[in-house]
Amino acid sequence: MAIHIQMAIRKNRLFVRLNGELDQAVTEKLKVRISELIDKYEIRYVIFNFENLHFMDSSGIGFIIGRYSQIKKRHGRIVICSMNQLIERIFNLSGLKKICLVAKTEDEAEKMVEVA
Amino acid sequence: MYNEIKSTFSAKIENVMLARTIGIAFLVELDLTLNFVNEVKTVISEAITNAIVHGCLSNENKVVQLNMSYDDVNIYIEVIDKGVGIADIEKAREPLFSTKVDEERAGLGFTIMEVFTDKLEVRSRVGDGTKVIMVKKYHGENN
Repeated sequence: MAIHIQMAIRKNRLFVRLNGELDQAVTEKLKVRISELIDKYEIRYVIFNFENLHFMDSSGIGFIIGRYSQIKKRHGRIVICSMNQLIERIFNLSGLKKICLVAKTEDEAEKMVEVA
Repeated sequence: MYNEIKSTFSAKIENVMLARTIGIAFLVELDLTLNFVNEVKTVISEAITNAIVHGCLSNENKVVQLNMSYDDVNIYIEVIDKGVGIADIEKAREPLFSTKVDEERAGLGFTIMEVFTDKLEVRSRVGDGTKVIMVKKYHGENN
């Protein structure tokens, strides 16, 4: 696969750190793993760390929307941090801004959900 | 100046990465900015993903084609599949439209292709397949 994934759970928060390229081939597989974790651990906040994500197309947007619908019922939030310029352009174009919080770093992202 | 490449892939979703890697490797000679290259990479990814998922319905026995060329001014990208075709092209091009609503698709493929290129043309006939042609100007742009 074109990507390396690291996940961690703290309380009701799932941290997803992606290293590589996020496209349809990756989201098809990742979707199953992450959905299971979200339901099993009753995750309310998903924090995507995109610091080492070099590429994302609209498959990534669909994938994030999917996770949002999953945690919405628990009044959860999605936070995306450390986006590079290209990914931020795709992100802005998609309207994801309306449903996701954006942070500069993972620490900042975690603080956001502490007050949320 | 003219150069071209034609490549054919099995309609496997794993090949999208291969297609965009080949696509940007073809442009190395042109000395483009990282931002410009990333835009090309993204539109190839969108078009090839569409051709595989929507055109060929992920049937690995089918193939998709990526043809690219450039002259002094423009880069031309063609993505062709002999898949199911698009019944209503106008509708398919609308932002957020997707035929596969249950599959977490953003419906942004054509929108991204439109924003990141200078010209997007979609030719399709139901049962025959789809050809997407994109033109992106590189010369004289502040890229």
